[in-house]
Amino acid sequence: MVATLFEKVWDQHYVCQETEETPAVLYIDTHLIHEVTSPQAFQMLRDNNLKLRRPDRTFATCDHSTPTTKPNSLGEYQFFGEQEKNQVEQLKKNCAEFSVPLYELGNQKQGIVHVIGPERGITQPGQTIVCGDSHTSTHGAFGALAFGIGTSEVGYTFATQCILQRKPKTFGIEINGALSSGVTAKDIILAIIRQIGIGGATGHVIEYFGSTIDELSMDERMTICNMSIEAGAKAGMIAPDQTTFDFLEGKEFVPKGKDWDIAVSGWKELYTDDGAQFDRRILIDASKIEPMITYGTNPQMGIKIGEVIPSNNETQALKYMGLEEQQNLSGKSVDVVFIGSCTNSRISDLREAAKIFKDRKVAQHVRALIVPGSHEIKQQAENEGIANVFISAGAEWREPGCSMCLGMNGDIIQDKQFCVSTSNRNFEGRQGKGGRTLLASPLTAAAAAVTGRVTDPRELLARNDAITEACEHG
Amino acid sequence: MDKFTSIQSKVVVLNIENIDTDQIIGSDHLKITDKKGLGKHLFADWRYLENAQPNPDFVLNQADNASSQVLVAGDNFGCGSSREHAPWALLDFGIKVVISSSIADIFSNNAFKNGLLPIKVSKQQHDFLLAHHGDEISIDLQNQRISCADQPFSFEVEAFSRYCLLNGLEQLDFLLGQMPQIKQYEKKYSKEPV
Repeated sequence: MVATLFEKVWDQHYVCQETEETPAVLYIDTHLIHEVTSPQAFQMLRDNNLKLRRPDRTFATCDHSTPTTKPNSLGEYQFFGEQEKNQVEQLKKNCAEFSVPLYELGNQKQGIVHVIGPERGITQPGQTIVCGDSHTSTHGAFGALAFGIGTSEVGYTFATQCILQRKPKTFGIEINGALSSGVTAKDIILAIIRQIGIGGATGHVIEYFGSTIDELSMDERMTICNMSIEAGAKAGMIAPDQTTFDFLEGKEFVPKGKDWDIAVSGWKELYTDDGAQFDRRILIDASKIEPMITYGTNPQMGIKIGEVIPSNNETQALKYMGLEEQQNLSGKSVDVVFIGSCTNSRISDLREAAKIFKDRKVAQHVRALIVPGSHEIKQQAENEGIANVFISAGAEWREPGCSMCLGMNGDIIQDKQFCVSTSNRNFEGRQGKGGRTLLASPLTAAAAAVTGRVTDPRELLARNDAITEACEHG
Repeated sequence: MDKFTSIQSKVVVLNIENIDTDQIIGSDHLKITDKKGLGKHLFADWRYLENAQPNPDFVLNQADNASSQVLVAGDNFGCGSSREHAPWALLDFGIKVVISSSIADIFSNNAFKNGLLPIKVSKQQHDFLLAHHGDEISIDLQNQRISCADQPFSFEVEAFSRYCLLNGLEQLDFLLGQMPQIKQYEKKYSKEPV
């Protein structure tokens, strides 16, 4: 029988099938946890006198409440406040009590939970992965079924390694064609969310496929799957291929030697069969996608840079943003630029941004904050000289964490400030009370940092090319 | 968990689409390590003025609505973050039912597990309820019936969540009862602890 990628993974993971009366009991291979959504779940174990069943399949890190400044000379981290410090200390105590491995602050393997899972090879094709964080959809880039859960389900997973789930519907998004220069994975997903809407995939698992997806790196695929939740999707998935296997080979937690070969041959079966039906399906022409930017207070409110804000009766959103219908965002002065988050803080994101920052300066009125997704990425960027490009340009080069994506650690923007951000949500107050978020790619964010205005990054990339050409002919 | 059978209350309407969980409870209030006291921070950015005084124009601050237990919200309620703090905050404030034409998946899952009933209704029913702010509404979970302004209609609800709410059962207990099957699954797929 033919099946979609999602159905293949689902069928390998139900302990009991769903019936009219009861949902499926779904087995979870990998449980990722962090300091914000786990404390009450650990308490649930204590209250019910339960053990954490599979500490060997549970991995913890701290990322949301952690400072992105360096520790002082005594090695002490400067938390924003006592609550943040307490939350991180609580995680440490809980992990010690229940024998959960923890990448704590200062550990060279620490970073944003959705960055380090793949980086360590904890994330693998065909797995079920949950985490008390909606951007768990990121891991679907590897052909895993990965989704965010609430704290109750974090507790259920602790206690049983299972959760209860109704089988979601499937949504195929086929993307074909070559991307133009200056257009990134972030622009693809912002264009998709604009098209299908913020609730457009509610109740569905999206599978992305097509020639455009085939050509994308794992970093780019993660950016796309990461924002599936911003269209309401349960999860986003991409079938694993040679790009996936090359990324994973040799990582800490993946099988080695003969076991690797066996694993890969199993993973190669994870694709949607010819003739398998999605409940819903759309086709996207990648060649028509251009650099995107959002103007409103949810991720569906996006436009191509250079387009005007549409007249969609989004009065409250535009009032909050201090913008108007038919206004062109190009040239709009910005105050802050944030490059980071589980959406866009990986090495290829930083390399892209560095193309723009190289030999340029951050505009005088702009604060540019660059926050790598993990210590490993930070180290790599420093080794490659990218970090120096940022620092020479006048940007702040920070320690890894979620940072200004949601501002829990004190990295926030001020009331009415405009921030071009590579994060995933432009909700009211998300980056700071009254703050105005414009979501965009790392290229577009970097372009805004150096010009001080919303700028199509292709203008700067073209100038880069012209300079290179002049030098070569010089 | 307390049993949830039926509710009679006034309707409070918050006719804003895509109310996200950041709006329901801001990330400033996710720093607690228990579940208590979040009601005062519910919809904080809309509910309080800059001087921290209640905004008299915000619907939940108006005396007539202070005791309403049924919130009718715009389409796609609860989108965004997976924070269970959102249903904790609504319940702590006194809301026991949220009705909309679409409710985000993770929010719905989280709501049921805490005794908050999320109800998805048709566009037509939604429009009807949005127009009945302040009216009496009764919600009968046993019979899956809503009645407002003498207009009765039925609603769909996931069967297992309904059963747990009606009987005051924790979903965890059902899962714990599945342990033999879970262990069998682990054995079959060689997923036992090493």
